[in-house]
Amino acid sequence: MAKQLFNQPSPLETMVLSKRFALEGSETLDVYLKNDGFKAFLKAKEMTPEAIIDEVKASALRGRGGAGFPTGLKWSFVPRTSPKPRVIVVNADESEPGTCKDRLLIEYDPHQMIEGILIAGLAVDAHVGYVYIRGEYRYLIEKMDRAIAEAYSKGYLGNNVAGTGWKFDLYTHSGAGAYECGEETALLDSLEGKRGIPRMKPPFPAVAGAWGLPTLLNNVETFSAIPPIIRDGGAAFAALGTPKNGGTRLVCISGHVNKPGVYELPLGFPMMKAIDEVAGGIPGGRKLKAVVPGGSSCPILTASECDIPMDYDTLAKIGSMLGSGGMVVLDETTDMVRFALRIMRFYQHESCGWCIPCREGTTWLRKILQRFYEGHGRREDISLLGELSKNMLGRTFCALGDAAAMPTISIVEKFTEDFERYLARETVAV
Amino acid sequence: MTFSPQLEEIFAKMLQQYPEGRTRSAVVPMLIYAQDEVGSVNRELIEEVARRCKVTPLQVDEVVGYYSMLHRKPMGKYHVQVCTNISCLLVGGEELYESAKKKLGIGHKQVTADGQFSLEEVECMGACSWAPAVEINYDFHHFVTPEKLNQLIDSLKRAQ
Amino acid sequence: MAELVKLNINGREIQAEKGALLIEVARQNGIEVPAFCYHEDYTLQAACRMCLVEIEKTPKLQVGCTTPVAEGMVVHTESDVVKKARKGTLEFLLTNHPLDCPVCDKGGECELQDMVFRYGAGESRFVERKHHVDEKQWSPVVFFDAPRCILCYRCVRACNEGMGVGALGIGNRGVISEIVPNQGDHLECDECGACIDICPVGALTSGSYRYQTRPWEMDHVGTICTHCADGCKTTLGVRVDKIVRGNNRDRSGINNEFLCVKGRYAFDFVEHPERLQSPMLKTAKGHEPISWSKAISLIANKFGETVLAGGKFGVVGSNHTTNEENFFLAKFAREGLGTKNIDHHRTGDLATFFDALSGKPDSLASSGDLYNVKAVLVVGSDLAQQHPFLSFQIRANFRHHNAHVYAVTSGPVREDNQAIASVRVQKGGELAGVESQRDKLKAEVNLVIVFGDAIQGDALRKLVAFGDSLGIPVKYVCLVDYSNSRGAFDMGVLPRDGGLSREQVLAAADLDVLWVVGANPLKNAALASKKAFVVVQDLFLSETAQQADIVLPAASAYEKSGTVTNVCGEVQKLKAAAKVMGTKTDLEIFGLLAKEMGLNLGIWLPDKVFEEIRKTVHGYNVPLPIVATGGAAPTMPLNGRVAALPGSIASANDTLFTSGSLSKYSNVLNAVMESPGKLYGGEGK
Ligand SMILES: Cc1cc2nc3c(=O)[nH]c(=O)nc-3n(C[C@H](O)[C@H](O)[C@H](O)COP(=O)(O)O)c2cc1C
Ligand code: SF4
Ligand code: SF4
Ligand code: SF4
Ligand code: SF4
Ligand code: FES
Repeated sequence: MAKQLFNQPSPLETMVLSKRFALEGSETLDVYLKNDGFKAFLKAKEMTPEAIIDEVKASALRGRGGAGFPTGLKWSFVPRTSPKPRVIVVNADESEPGTCKDRLLIEYDPHQMIEGILIAGLAVDAHVGYVYIRGEYRYLIEKMDRAIAEAYSKGYLGNNVAGTGWKFDLYTHSGAGAYECGEETALLDSLEGKRGIPRMKPPFPAVAGAWGLPTLLNNVETFSAIPPIIRDGGAAFAALGTPKNGGTRLVCISGHVNKPGVYELPLGFPMMKAIDEVAGGIPGGRKLKAVVPGGSSCPILTASECDIPMDYDTLAKIGSMLGSGGMVVLDETTDMVRFALRIMRFYQHESCGWCIPCREGTTWLRKILQRFYEGHGRREDISLLGELSKNMLGRTFCALGDAAAMPTISIVEKFTEDFERYLARETVAV
Repeated sequence: MTFSPQLEEIFAKMLQQYPEGRTRSAVVPMLIYAQDEVGSVNRELIEEVARRCKVTPLQVDEVVGYYSMLHRKPMGKYHVQVCTNISCLLVGGEELYESAKKKLGIGHKQVTADGQFSLEEVECMGACSWAPAVEINYDFHHFVTPEKLNQLIDSLKRAQ
Repeated sequence: MAELVKLNINGREIQAEKGALLIEVARQNGIEVPAFCYHEDYTLQAACRMCLVEIEKTPKLQVGCTTPVAEGMVVHTESDVVKKARKGTLEFLLTNHPLDCPVCDKGGECELQDMVFRYGAGESRFVERKHHVDEKQWSPVVFFDAPRCILCYRCVRACNEGMGVGALGIGNRGVISEIVPNQGDHLECDECGACIDICPVGALTSGSYRYQTRPWEMDHVGTICTHCADGCKTTLGVRVDKIVRGNNRDRSGINNEFLCVKGRYAFDFVEHPERLQSPMLKTAKGHEPISWSKAISLIANKFGETVLAGGKFGVVGSNHTTNEENFFLAKFAREGLGTKNIDHHRTGDLATFFDALSGKPDSLASSGDLYNVKAVLVVGSDLAQQHPFLSFQIRANFRHHNAHVYAVTSGPVREDNQAIASVRVQKGGELAGVESQRDKLKAEVNLVIVFGDAIQGDALRKLVAFGDSLGIPVKYVCLVDYSNSRGAFDMGVLPRDGGLSREQVLAAADLDVLWVVGANPLKNAALASKKAFVVVQDLFLSETAQQADIVLPAASAYEKSGTVTNVCGEVQKLKAAAKVMGTKTDLEIFGLLAKEMGLNLGIWLPDKVFEEIRKTVHGYNVPLPIVATGGAAPTMPLNGRVAALPGSIASANDTLFTSGSLSKYSNVLNAVMESPGKLYGGEGK
């Protein structure tokens, strides 16, 4: 019997990172080794650190955590010859609403990620790594721990990685429920046993990160993309996508589609094709209303804006972002006031509370949206929502404030009529 | 305070995995693993974790208030967490949560009188493409409908 | 010299040290950049977002409190975008603020109130419900009103970084975040009130000051704390002769914003109901009030008779009275009574100290030196308990300059958190402990050695010899206990030239007169002489006063002027803040007695006596303007050998919450006494 996957693959996928997902026992080291496992590491072991980083640069891989920062460049910032030891941290906090891909990469192919971490270790001369996994993913922490234990027992972690005499230790670390701990510096504070409050930058983690040590921090998917890049060459990976937007990424399609799921698509893949063909279109033949292109933090797109290739630059051009790969599809029946309220409830709940504009701004916005949704909206609230969001934008301590403001601005501006409709309804005075 | 041998083993490993002198790093994982066994984070546990991680109880207390999975009061034996965030919302997450409230007769972060079940409306838990999603303790359930959830709850009740 | 850069703020060309923070540079140039969370002494937070400024060629507004200045930077602090941002932030802040200024203790000196007035949030667009939480009492002196808190984290840092206590933290998350105390629902801490003082709004309020008055109804009298020897300036808020508050918000003293619980709250003994307000004569029925003139004439007669009869006097002076009083008393004893039997409770071996340092003019450390020196060695003292301000200075030095701290003590001390070496020794083993650090100490650039009463006599000489042998500049602080212990010594309240020590006086069976001024020698000792006529000047009916034939009600340090000398030998001026009916200052009492006895000891006005001190006391020729304007003038008494003195030397080992005999009469100290001697784990290295 074929392995039961979270969702059936689509023939339109380009399976690079997910190519072993369907294999029986794909989470085991044996299966991994039989299917290209550790070829890249052994190759990298023969390369200079500069050459590894150059290869990653050539792949045009951009961070898959949300910000899309060029990975090779980030690696080159880590002071490899610093007298302080370097640390690798994997961001497996995966909390951006709409995103559920890192889970699969760890569940189905943990050794691919481990190999990616080891290669990063070679590139920045680090010998220890921590996988920070959100607390809700306890089952995944256990799976990761098993994979790590297996790698140790078979000599792919520890004092003699793959018989090369090179040393690397890897550990998991559990979060305990906080979206903000996905923000890289808040994650580091959390890793140090503190409240997840972001840190001032500079210094950037590359220079002073976990415990003040130079730290290389990437997303699960970013690390998982490294073995194929080293194995087949950066150029080959880059060629899968569009210029400056290398490779494939795991797109999490959710919401109003017939076949929601996580699909590996090359960068530049047409958004409408992803919705209509990969995800099987909108149920009941209803019309598309809007798309959240890459997690709840991204400005929302109207249906008419969706006829685009999905890559970082195109999304930036139309004022949004590719974000974390969480693509949420909204059909014509969606009430945007309710949607905006749910988003703001999330950000208010997750605001760490450190800075005034985010802490008070998300609260105020939530209260207005709540009141609006309950039928006590006032006309001036519509512009107030936009203005308050703009008062947060760019003024908060970390990007969560922006992440709360951006979707709200886009929703009130692009879907004003949904708000108008509430005003037109029979309302009770406040 | 003592924990089960299994937990002690986990803690022993935990305290070793960070750089020298950085036992504070174990605070968050230690709290959440201990909570699973103790039932909640009470003052005694705070002081115990502080002692083991070589920090002040205040430094642990600050952490407890911050993380949403840490509870100061015991939750039910089965902690039912229903996601209503955007992907779930679009496909019936809120309706699912409402039906769970009715089924269990309790609200957000409340516990049934017999202590068996507690309910929490949670934020996105990384199951968006298989929404609506529910997590009971640490077990994920995908594409959950009110009927499915009711059955699930009934079977847990029967299992006792 | 640091590199300089040129930048432009609001069209003005400005030069500044490269890397200096923009907010500081602006402020130094008279350009106000508003901020709540920024505080120059403590770590940066960038949390309040009030200090946003516009920097050309930078896309987003930047926070002035963490942005270092750079060459060619063009900054605008008053542009429309900046003004709008400030207004927006204030508007956000006020959404959760009760705005109950009329009933708030902070009203009138609140930074939020000022800010709203200056930068305006105007009409609020907020029509939602505010989040309410009830006010809490955390300790006898600390109250917390969460809704007023703007989460600037100043209190958290003051407690953690400044005090080294770490009793305040942040609880919850997001909009329900709030400041939390270390014991869950209450505080166990130094009770210093620093958190209250540093709070820009009325979220933290003081148990003693709450609802007492409004800031503008008080007079502010800057004087010197009357408790320990560190000599902190405390600004007393006085309303109709009643002290209602102590703080140092203008930061004009050596102690900057620092005050411990005693300096900030333990002024309440002034008003204690048991305060003596009339002279008293011992009769068969006990002590009965008599008039001042009667008392003075009775004492003068007795003193005169005893002088004529060649009788034996014993005079015990005070650790709390002013230099002028001590000087006058010493003169009174020697010239007026013809006795050498004058002493006080000596708490540090200053005689050996000055003798060992004789001819080394630069070896007395000032309180400022503790903040600036590269290395500090603490020997045999728990500074956080006994010298809170010195302890604070060392922590500040560590924080700001990375000072190397060494602690050689018998038990754990707060300095361990900063120390590069903590050496634990048995009492008496201090020198060996110091010796064990020789190599490291030799490599320091300069050093201050602070030592307690365990180091006296021979050990003290050895310690100085050790310092000499290091080959680096070394300065010293010889610890003494009380607000004018040092002055009592310097003014010669000492059994010099063969006089009897305090113990010898008490033990002398043939003593005719015992005159005790502001001291309590009979607390733990008996008076051998059965015939002695005992005169006591004090604030309260102490154990000693209870045995007195005549008790005179004295004014406390908060009720008089004059000068005191702190543990580092810095002279500072007292200013009278309160007045207690029926009392007289000790100086006036001396003067009246001298007059009654027909003695000519000079005018007994503090300023005149201080003039004489400046002329005659070694090292006290200090610049008058410094003292007169409330500054601290260092004395230099290291110009000659000092003879050894009879008698014992012992610190009273007060804690943070005791102050010799005085603590009994401070309700605040009694209330907070639950946990003296506790160590707290603030953030260290
Ligand atoms: C509020 C917030 C939440 C974030 N959450 C996550 C997350 O859950 N997972 C993640 O990989 N990155 C997250 N990020 C992005 C990280 O800060 C960081 O950019 C990323 O992990 C870097 O890895 P990459 O370069 O491989 O993407 C978040 C950022 C912000 C501002
Ligand atoms: S923007 Fe401010 S309050 Fe919001 S999460 Fe970031 S630091 Fe915390
Ligand atoms: S030690 Fe001082 S600053 Fe700290 S909480 Fe106590 S009173 Fe406040
Ligand atoms: S209590 Fe005062 S000092 Fe402390 S965070 Fe609140 S406003 Fe700031
Ligand atoms: S440290 Fe000493 S001088 Fe300063 S306030 Fe406290 S008791 Fe007074
Ligand atoms: S939105 Fe419910 S799991 Fe992501």
